[in-house]
Amino acid sequence: MRQKQIKSNDVMLQIFARILILIIITFSIYLLLAGHNNPGGGFIGGLMTASALLIMYLAFDMKTITKAIPINFTTMIGAGLLLAVGTGIVTMLFGYPFLTQFFDYFHLPILGEAELTTALPFDLGVYFVVVGSALTIILTIAEDDK
Amino acid sequence: MEILMSIMIGIVFTVSIYLFLSRSLLRVTLATLLMSHGVHLLLLTMSGLQRGASPFLNFQADAYTDPLPQALVLTAIVISFGVTSLLLVMAYRTFKVHNTDDLDELRGSADE
Amino acid sequence: MNNLVILPIIFPFVIGAVLILLTKHHKLQRIVSGISALVLLAISIYLAVVVYQDGLIVLELGNWPAPFGIVMVADLLSTLMVLLSTLVSTVCLFFAFKTISPEREKFYFYPLYFFLLIGVNGAFLTGDLFNLFVFFEVMLIASYALIVHGGTSYQLRESFKYVIINVFASALFIVAIAWTYSITGTLNMAHLAERVAELEQSGVLNVVAILFLIVFAMKGALFPLYFWLPRSYYGPPAAIAALFGGLLTKVGIYAIIRTFTLIFNHDPGYTHKGIIVTIAGFTMLFGVLGAVSQFDFKRILSYHIISQVGYMVMGLGIFTPLAVAGAIYYIAHHMIVKTALFLFAGVAQRVTGTTDLKQMGGLLKTHPVLAWMFFITAISLAGIPPLSGFFSKFPIILAGFEEAQYVISGVALLVGLLTLFSMMKIFSYAFWGEQKHTEEQARLPIGKLLLPIAPLVALTIILGFAAEPMFVYSLEVAEQIMDPSIYIESVLKE
Repeated sequence: MRQKQIKSNDVMLQIFARILILIIITFSIYLLLAGHNNPGGGFIGGLMTASALLIMYLAFDMKTITKAIPINFTTMIGAGLLLAVGTGIVTMLFGYPFLTQFFDYFHLPILGEAELTTALPFDLGVYFVVVGSALTIILTIAEDDK
Repeated sequence: MEILMSIMIGIVFTVSIYLFLSRSLLRVTLATLLMSHGVHLLLLTMSGLQRGASPFLNFQADAYTDPLPQALVLTAIVISFGVTSLLLVMAYRTFKVHNTDDLDELRGSADE
Repeated sequence: MNNLVILPIIFPFVIGAVLILLTKHHKLQRIVSGISALVLLAISIYLAVVVYQDGLIVLELGNWPAPFGIVMVADLLSTLMVLLSTLVSTVCLFFAFKTISPEREKFYFYPLYFFLLIGVNGAFLTGDLFNLFVFFEVMLIASYALIVHGGTSYQLRESFKYVIINVFASALFIVAIAWTYSITGTLNMAHLAERVAELEQSGVLNVVAILFLIVFAMKGALFPLYFWLPRSYYGPPAAIAALFGGLLTKVGIYAIIRTFTLIFNHDPGYTHKGIIVTIAGFTMLFGVLGAVSQFDFKRILSYHIISQVGYMVMGLGIFTPLAVAGAIYYIAHHMIVKTALFLFAGVAQRVTGTTDLKQMGGLLKTHPVLAWMFFITAISLAGIPPLSGFFSKFPIILAGFEEAQYVISGVALLVGLLTLFSMMKIFSYAFWGEQKHTEEQARLPIGKLLLPIAPLVALTIILGFAAEPMFVYSLEVAEQIMDPSIYIESVLKE
């Protein structure tokens, strides 16, 4: 009963959510990639993506979203942790200390000259962990509320 | 500026201690949040509030700020984010199970 | 460059992450975590042997040089602590296989277990003050989740207080770090030690030192900040309670020993012989009095954690190589024995269905193996020769008399006596007397539960009979940490 009521009032929110989510996710990915030599990084990028996904949960109901994004967020935490720690371990295999970082400049097709670092996969791991854990926390409470 | 910050940190601490001593679960949770804010500000203030560019590679400036306290504060913020969310969930569950958020009623008897 | 140092931290990290992905497969989870615990034990033994033979290992993370980057340092003390923590956690894990309920297994018990180990091992191995804070938090967050794991109403109520107290202590930890940074401008422990020695400002430094002492005392359950311990350790299941009882407070004690031997050794007359010794005395006395007044198996053991933490801190407070060596020996003895006793409490609860001593009795007749294993560990805890408890208390008290600290040594002797009294109380109520559990309970087979505890009982006997090599080792550890220049030189490479 309560859910139906919320649904019928949601037209504005749903339309704006579609636009907003696109902008927020784009910006969050920019933050993730810029985070090496500029303000940004995996943590705030992840939080921003999580907030975008949360708007989605607010605007549409739970079932639609779980169908649209069939990701188990706890699995995402595990994968993110493995990715982050894996970056450090790879450098260990070459005989350098844990988490030593390397970077080089590459010429990429569309983007032109770009700096690629080993900090990026680490940040990506952090990003996954943050998105996964933020959504797990909030959805756990939200699902309990029914 | 440091003195102003110190006074402000003092106020934040006072409010958080007041909340710590209240009897509601939610207020105590908020107190930990406020306390962590005060502590983070203290960490920044104690290491000196400097003016200057951020210590990134492509910023040219005469003076740079000390990056270490900023890195420390960022880490501490992330940690307190995790702890606070865990504490919120725990306070919520405690409220659900015990049907009260009054800490006086959550004392527990001595002989159980 | 030796990456061996970081293995006890990374390995549980990887395993914990893998176990998150495996939560749906119970069997596989158990196999993976069991094998990894054994591998971790092997790694820490290897690390301890390497450090014992070749001296300190320093790893500069990310190849950043020492005072600027984060360093991991493995010296004799930290490798010994890592070895003990992995030993204790392995035993508790195998005990958990038999006792933990499937509902708890489903909710990330094993990943949390390994995350706890990251924090503990990291705190032992780090050479950076802020990094110590981070690893403390990793350990604490995992412990918050584990102590409330299962979510019974008692657990929720008491764990909330446990969490609040620890969050408060962590906030004070950052305050202390902020002050240290503003005074010295560094957070690398070796660099700090060097600068503190140059500063000659004992007033300000004493304030910071005492603030650190308060923080670690809250985590290590020292007087007057121990009040949270007995109630919160009562709630969780035996395997978790044993792990916490054996491990967590000792991380706080390790931090006290590390900071007060390496960094704040500028004014030992005030900080060590004055404050720490006084606190140690009160801790021992109040802990043991609490234990004597209780009539519950688990609560008596919890209060004894407090009284025994006092012995370790007393060893540090007297601050001679003999006393510190005694404290280190005592930590080793205590971690082994206390974990075993908590696990025995769990087994007894499994049989009788209660931990209230007045409702127990006659276990000696129905389960003699449990009773005698408990007896050996209990008298070892009380300090009866030739078990490890005697040989660890002896040097501390001897050093106390040598340094003319008669009051504290007298208190320590009295506390030993009262410990024996409360252990015998458990034995006579729970194991002697009339059988109060049903025949059905009396036939309950517990051999499989006792098997993981047996190595701990064997170790306390071995540590007693082979006291000399173990004591020589602790004396070497003590001499190494009493001479901070070794640590400073190997970290800063001067």
